[in-house]
Amino acid sequence: MTEALLKAKGIARYFDVSPPLLNRMIEGSERQIVKAVDGVDFEIERGQTLSLVGESGCGKSTVARLIVGLYKPSGGSIEFEGVDLTALNNRKEEAALRGRMQMIFQDPYASLNPRWRVSDIVAEPIRHKKMFDKRSDVTRRVGELLSQVGLSPVDGEKYPHEFSGGQRQRISIARALAGNPEFLVCDEPTSALDVSVQAQILNLMKDLQREYGLTYLFISHDLAVVDHVSDRIGVMYLGRICELADTRELFSNPRHPYSRFLLDAIPDLDMTGKQRIPVAGEVPSPINPPSGCTFHPRCPFANDRCKSEQPELHNVGGTRVACHAVEENRLEPTG
Amino acid sequence: MSTGNQQPLLEVRELRVEFPTRRGSLIAVDGVSLEIAPGEVLGVVGESGAGKSMTGNAVIGLLPSPGRVESGEILLEGERIDNLPYEQMRKIRGKRIGAVFQDPLTSLNPLYTVGEQLVETIQTHMDMSEKDAKTRAVDLLEEVGIPSARERIDHYPHQFSGGMRQRVVIALALCAEPRLIIADEPTTALDVSIQAQIITLIKKLCREHGTAVMLVTHDMGVIAETADRVAVMYAGRVAEIGPVAEVVKNANHPYTHGLMGSIPKVGHEVERLTQIDGSMPRLTEIPTGCAFNPRCADKGPRCMVERPILEPVENSFVACWKFDPEGTGA
Amino acid sequence: MNIITRVQDSLYRFFDGDVWYSFTQSKTTIIAAIVTVILMLASLLAPFISVHNPFDPTNLNLMDSFTPPVWSEDGRWAFPLGSDDQGRDLYSTILYGSRLSLFIGFASVAFSMTLGVSLGLIAGYLGGSVDAFIMRVADIQISFPGILIALLIDGLARALLPGESHDEVMVYVLILAIGLSQWVNFARTVRGSTMVERNKEYVQAARVIGVSRLFIMVRHIMPNVMGPVLVIATISLAVAILSEASLSFLGVGVPPTQPSLGTLIRIGQDFLFSGEWWIVIFPGITLAALVLAVNLLGDWLRDALNPKLR
Repeated sequence: MTEALLKAKGIARYFDVSPPLLNRMIEGSERQIVKAVDGVDFEIERGQTLSLVGESGCGKSTVARLIVGLYKPSGGSIEFEGVDLTALNNRKEEAALRGRMQMIFQDPYASLNPRWRVSDIVAEPIRHKKMFDKRSDVTRRVGELLSQVGLSPVDGEKYPHEFSGGQRQRISIARALAGNPEFLVCDEPTSALDVSVQAQILNLMKDLQREYGLTYLFISHDLAVVDHVSDRIGVMYLGRICELADTRELFSNPRHPYSRFLLDAIPDLDMTGKQRIPVAGEVPSPINPPSGCTFHPRCPFANDRCKSEQPELHNVGGTRVACHAVEENRLEPTG
Repeated sequence: MSTGNQQPLLEVRELRVEFPTRRGSLIAVDGVSLEIAPGEVLGVVGESGAGKSMTGNAVIGLLPSPGRVESGEILLEGERIDNLPYEQMRKIRGKRIGAVFQDPLTSLNPLYTVGEQLVETIQTHMDMSEKDAKTRAVDLLEEVGIPSARERIDHYPHQFSGGMRQRVVIALALCAEPRLIIADEPTTALDVSIQAQIITLIKKLCREHGTAVMLVTHDMGVIAETADRVAVMYAGRVAEIGPVAEVVKNANHPYTHGLMGSIPKVGHEVERLTQIDGSMPRLTEIPTGCAFNPRCADKGPRCMVERPILEPVENSFVACWKFDPEGTGA
Repeated sequence: MNIITRVQDSLYRFFDGDVWYSFTQSKTTIIAAIVTVILMLASLLAPFISVHNPFDPTNLNLMDSFTPPVWSEDGRWAFPLGSDDQGRDLYSTILYGSRLSLFIGFASVAFSMTLGVSLGLIAGYLGGSVDAFIMRVADIQISFPGILIALLIDGLARALLPGESHDEVMVYVLILAIGLSQWVNFARTVRGSTMVERNKEYVQAARVIGVSRLFIMVRHIMPNVMGPVLVIATISLAVAILSEASLSFLGVGVPPTQPSLGTLIRIGQDFLFSGEWWIVIFPGITLAALVLAVNLLGDWLRDALNPKLR
């Protein structure tokens, strides 16, 4: 049993969206805090892919940014190879550890500097880490990386706007790989791409994972994509994880009511003509979440306990679920 | 392509949409023909740059400048609408053809209440007093599933959530009882669970009102759930058009076949998704012959020279030389 | 690709691009550009194409003063556009004076651009109290008219510096004064653009890579915010030239032994109605032409760089 490469323990991120002090004094309004991420736990083992899936406002992108250091957590800790990144005081050590993580972003148009040539974009991690002494070595390495992601070394001299969305995402991947990372956070890397291009990118990412033994944290809203790439999946709702399970287990036997409804909402390409009852209501605003279990207004199995007490993740088989109804065995199993 | 014995509600014949630029003319839609029967939902699916949105825009007369219809015809209930002057087209828009666009945020004017926008549209196209128009507006809002419609009619768009706003846009599109609605990516900006709600709503409304829909999207899943027939577009041309079950499950055209294989499906375990190498050609670099030929595994010499025409294959029409008696010349 | 081929490639892309195309399509802009280039070249080559150096008192002879332009009755070729009250050839003085005006103009724009862009980047990227402080300073300064600020600094300099060194440093004091009155325009625009860019994913990618904030500001963000800066710089140049002319006109600009266009206008103003019209008219036309041409170029640049108008 390998030790987990990355552990998130109770990480949280709050945003203060209160009106300015003057307004609050005059209007008598209160401080408003958005709990974008409110206590999330998961582990990822080396070489595996964990996906976080959920709808808008669930906090999955915020988790991605917390892990990679773009936000500081408001609470909890992040351990990389057992070292608590949030507690490190030594900048050098933190930089060294963080240098082993990289990130791929959603928007292929905004994630590359439009004024830089592609070779400079891909070379940035190489130059920052001073991996080579000679310029020619850097050029050679950039060429290798570009070939590896399916582009040509001469593409290095072009600017991002000369490439299509899918090609730009390949450039992003080349840049992410340039620093020889072990861990990649992928924030909806294919959401902005056409379906056929998405297939190319997903295949590429799987190939690279196999070749380099990479570990992925994959963020997406698309359950079908997540089914294809993940070993384990965490379903998020309003800043918390509802269910964390192995991929096959989640799709064959979803336990949390929200997981069930999400799966139900996937359009049916097999055209079985199955009837479905879409989930009622919409995701509530994260500024004023419902009390107790945040899903209770939309949940057909909610009882009084659900309205007042927030459920914690507990083990059911190999799955972790945060649901009172599941804990109390009030749900019929599916599948 | 024929839809039976009735006269088709909408007929598009060899439509060609061009964008003159200083570097030459870009052809966004290149000889597209399709038909929509009354009350039918036709899906128009394709990836970015395929020309599906442009086709929808051309039908409703809202091509972004400098685009224009260069040749071909668009007929609504037998009458030509592509060559109408602005004022006449304006009367048709809203009354006989409604529109639902992708972004509910920008489809509604943020400065007017939802009720004011509905009443304005109703009164423009139907002869009604303001009081009657307002009643009708409330009825429409209830029909699209807005709770407490009577109070919410006086709310502003920003007071609605994304899914609710899209429902309002659908109500707006339906308020003058159009025969045809052009829906351009109506669910793309919405969450998956809301998407399911909106799809169900569109299906129900169109059945009840007998409205036909031209559903333009890149999402095959939405098409599979909603459409009766589907047209697959590639590089400004129609590759395949037929009943949705046939196209989705037994695609004929190599592009459609590859497309369906590249969509990940829940419960279908594959190591690698089907990958079509390369990408859709830019409008300035469309190959001669069949636009798909550089990426096609089944291509023959004829494909590189002659552009295929739509030919009947089972219940569909496919533009591929493989299905022509003379073959691909390979 | 080495540096030479990169420069060639960049040049090729520029002349193939939309900006150059819009330039070639606008007759007004081409004329404005030609006028600007002619005036700038002429002033650069002043020592070679003047009749004499008007700043050198040894060249001057009071007997030559008030000579009318060459095409008048008493005109001479030694004074093609006439001479002023000190016997300076007006044509040469216009050339040397333009050179001085242009030098002060470019230098002050360079100064205010450097100061403004840096402060704008810092304020926009770092945000928080740094941003608040810089913007309050800017707000306070912008509430004073530019000329007033220039006068203030000018006056301070005169008071603080001993009399003889005055003339030597005057030009630099002017550059500082005019530059300080203009930096806020740059800073505000750059701050706004920086705040937009800093949330974009390429900046986040750079942060994940681990590069320093300075690197991000200068190498990543700055190239993307410079478009509007060029427009402001062009307009600022026109304003700077006019400011210098105004200050010289008021008598607190360049030293009287090195007259600029503004000084000439002041001098000539006294003699306009006593018949020596050429002393004010020719410098006036030159100044007006220069400022108008630069303004027109700035107008075109702003429209050419505006992505929404393309």
